[in-house]
Amino acid sequence: MKHELDSRRRRRIFAAVVVIVALALAACSTELPQNSLNPAGPEARKIDDLFNLVFWIATVIFVIVEAALIYVVIRYRRRREDQQVKQVHGSPRLEIAWTIIPVVILAIVAVPTLRTIFDLRSEPDPSENALVIDVIGHQWWWEFSYPEYGFTTANEMHIPAGRAVSLNITSADVIHSFWVPQLNGKRDAVPGRWNHLTIEADEPGVYLGQCAEFCGLAHADMRQRVIAETPEDFEAWARAMAGPAAVPTEGLAAEGWATFERVCAACHTVQGSVEVSRTIPIDGEDVEVALAPNLTHYASRTTFGGASFENTTEHLRAWLANPSDLKPMDPDRNIIDQGRILGMPNFGLDDAEIDGLIALLQSFTLERP
Amino acid sequence: MATLTHDAPPTSTAHEPGKRGLWSWITTTDHKRIGILYGLSSLFFFLVGGVEALFIRLQLAAPNGEVLSADAYNQMFTMHGTTMVFLVVMPAAGAFANYLLPLQLGARDVAFPRLNAFSFWVFFFGGVFLYASFFLGGGADGGWFGYAPLSTQIDEVVRMDYWALGLLVLGVASVASSINFVTTAFTMRAPGMTLMRMPVFSWMVVVISFLLLFSLPMVTVGLVQVFFDRNLGTLFYDAASGGEPILWQHLFWLFGHPEVYVLILPAMGIVSEVLPTFSRKPLFGRSFVIFSGIAIGFMGFGVWAHHMFTSGLGPVAEAAFALTTMFIAVPTGVKIFNWLGTMWGGSLRFTTAMLFSIGFIAMFVIGGLSGVTHSIVPADSQQHDSYYVVAHFHYVLFGGAIFGIFSGIYFWWPKLTGKLLDERIGKWHFWLMLLGFNLAFAPMHFLGLNGMPRRTYRYNEGLGLDLWNLVSTIGAFLIAVSMLVFLWNWWRTARKGTRASGDPWDGRTLEWSIASPTPEYNFARIPTVEAEDDFWHRKYGEDEEGNAVPIATAEEVSDDPEPPAGLHLPSPSYYPALTGAGIFVTLMGLVYLPWGLIPAAVGALVILWGLFGWSMEPIVKEHH
Repeated sequence: MKHELDSRRRRRIFAAVVVIVALALAACSTELPQNSLNPAGPEARKIDDLFNLVFWIATVIFVIVEAALIYVVIRYRRRREDQQVKQVHGSPRLEIAWTIIPVVILAIVAVPTLRTIFDLRSEPDPSENALVIDVIGHQWWWEFSYPEYGFTTANEMHIPAGRAVSLNITSADVIHSFWVPQLNGKRDAVPGRWNHLTIEADEPGVYLGQCAEFCGLAHADMRQRVIAETPEDFEAWARAMAGPAAVPTEGLAAEGWATFERVCAACHTVQGSVEVSRTIPIDGEDVEVALAPNLTHYASRTTFGGASFENTTEHLRAWLANPSDLKPMDPDRNIIDQGRILGMPNFGLDDAEIDGLIALLQSFTLERP
Repeated sequence: MATLTHDAPPTSTAHEPGKRGLWSWITTTDHKRIGILYGLSSLFFFLVGGVEALFIRLQLAAPNGEVLSADAYNQMFTMHGTTMVFLVVMPAAGAFANYLLPLQLGARDVAFPRLNAFSFWVFFFGGVFLYASFFLGGGADGGWFGYAPLSTQIDEVVRMDYWALGLLVLGVASVASSINFVTTAFTMRAPGMTLMRMPVFSWMVVVISFLLLFSLPMVTVGLVQVFFDRNLGTLFYDAASGGEPILWQHLFWLFGHPEVYVLILPAMGIVSEVLPTFSRKPLFGRSFVIFSGIAIGFMGFGVWAHHMFTSGLGPVAEAAFALTTMFIAVPTGVKIFNWLGTMWGGSLRFTTAMLFSIGFIAMFVIGGLSGVTHSIVPADSQQHDSYYVVAHFHYVLFGGAIFGIFSGIYFWWPKLTGKLLDERIGKWHFWLMLLGFNLAFAPMHFLGLNGMPRRTYRYNEGLGLDLWNLVSTIGAFLIAVSMLVFLWNWWRTARKGTRASGDPWDGRTLEWSIASPTPEYNFARIPTVEAEDDFWHRKYGEDEEGNAVPIATAEEVSDDPEPPAGLHLPSPSYYPALTGAGIFVTLMGLVYLPWGLIPAAVGALVILWGLFGWSMEPIVKEHH
């Protein structure tokens, strides 16, 4: 029987290890939109710094222990059947050493860990003048409400770059989790309570995220985008968003509005024309939440459907024809007044109605002052 | 210390009628047969859970995959996790514990043979019950730890009722086993076997029995609350009515965390037996290994909220649980260093069993280290609910527990069957499995850090997740190939394997002092134990330098070949299986309330019949 670790095989294993390590390092450094190791803001950076410290300590321990294992396996393999083996039972001194040393290493790691836990402000210092956004998770989309400006939107959150944003997070149904890796770790959206998370982006840009707590059928398609803009651009956006929708009065879009009022207005708010909400108790207070995504200024969004589909005419047409074709939902089980809303039903719209609605939605543009 | 023996005069029932055939297996109270039943069931469910995993990996091999619908996918991952935890790793531990505990202790059976059979039948029917759901509307689809209120939301569909009731009843099986094993270990050790002379594997069985006894009540409460919310209109987890979803998480993880130590400690016990045998040295720091197992058990009750770091616990609780979680790595490290110390200076023989134990160490170090990174709360806020966690727990549960289990399978196969699994095929199994496993799960670290959440039926292009998902899928299929190699080894060995002596490995513990396969009565003569690793010490003395020196052959110091006359063994009984069947019927009825009350009542009557017959039945059956 050949020995498992003769030199030819050892060289092959070494080569394989080099390749794997190279690939691994490559994976760690790419610029990918949901890469937690590519922080784009101070919170995520604090986490990344801490993780780097711990990761390298863990790597050193890994190398030492695995090297010891490989050494032992090579050095002490049986060479003769009648090899003499000393029946060593143990060494109390070693036991103390390899109990105390890990304790010391962990204590060293514990200090920056505890510091970062308390430093990562779940709610920022009042002096930071953070922007407040309420985040309400729904199955399977995000509601973002800007109390300081008085508007609500869905799935795409604009924020001013370089300024702390204080998120108050809850859920209208089951537990979700708000996660934009480049800006911070995640925080669960738990019905009945407010959780808090602070995010901040250094630079303008688009930062992607996904719901990170299994919430049912379309959990994978519940995504979000954080769009950081310069403070001036953000201010312009926010003021424009607070304005009402311009309801079209003629043409295809106006026909779309008629369809909208008949079919969609039961669930979708359009600021200034249709207000639909329900009230749920959170931490003892009644909070108004939406039934379905707010469609005011819909045309300014880059995505829809829980930020899962590009906002194109083609996608919109497919969605309106049968929403469950694009995203797995269970609207037959909707019990709206009990807050169980498992997706948008198929309303059996014909092509004319769909054309009208598309024209309507695409007319809901955002005019920044 | 008190010992119970089954040496009752004078009725000889050493040869029971009906020793062959299905009925003899249904009514068996022999711990060895029960162990085999557990083992076969565990292996079957491992293949089923593996197929579920292959479906998952097929769906995720490419972005926006269309192999499975979201609904099918959600059932797949829920049942994969539920199966692997409750129907594979736990019953595998049950298989080894059942088969080996009496043998390692020098006993003829466990303390309560019929309760033992009952444990198996409840587990068996629990598994059948869980899987019946696939044929009756769909498998559970709320994740293996079923967070509320998702688990209570869609109450008109019975899938999660199958899940809640299934887990409840599997808990019953575990509690029964735990009581049995603790009683056996504390009262039925051979004369001279002090607790500290008890083999390490047996010790781990005792520790996990206590873990189960103390942790199962918590999840039982939670599961009953889930069942009540779903079926009886209660509002435990209904936030709008003042209920608290986070309560579920606490109740579940107060069980769930000790549970993962239940999953790993038996495998660690196996490794602690295999390494010394194939190093020809005692386990280094044996008492420290035992005590660190106990320490892990205790500390395991103090870390549960590390599964909840993103749920809004607040920084004080987060800091406390970060510390406790970090420090549970210390006793784990102690074990690993002692295993290295065992091999150091030894004479290592790389049998397949040894390879799997060495593989356990190598893989568990990785899983343990990623676990420590989870204790770093801010880092965990990125890692939690991402594929990084999936990587971590597969490294400890597959690279750890499953590798340990395969080590045990190859090690104790000759004792079970009288044959040795082929070593050459075994090595193919090991290397293919090691390679496939690492290809499947190492990339998941990157996927998680790159922002891929868990439990997602598809992922988008442009997120950098494509390559590693494909690699992972290839690895999963390689694991499947390695399992085919194992099955081939099994089949081939059954047909024309090498016969094994009672002590094919030059073993150290008492099970190697009896014939292979194990005689029905285990020991012709209950041994008197004079040392830890007593059997080894009968074969080997030590010279002045401490080297092992042979003083007797295995044959000379093994058990007597013939049992004495008048040896009584526990009689078979059909009441445990009957009671288990009654439980199954009751559960099916409870799923379909309110009309299900009728079959539930029938089931309850069967349970009562079974329990009554069981308690009235004599332990020794008269033969006419």
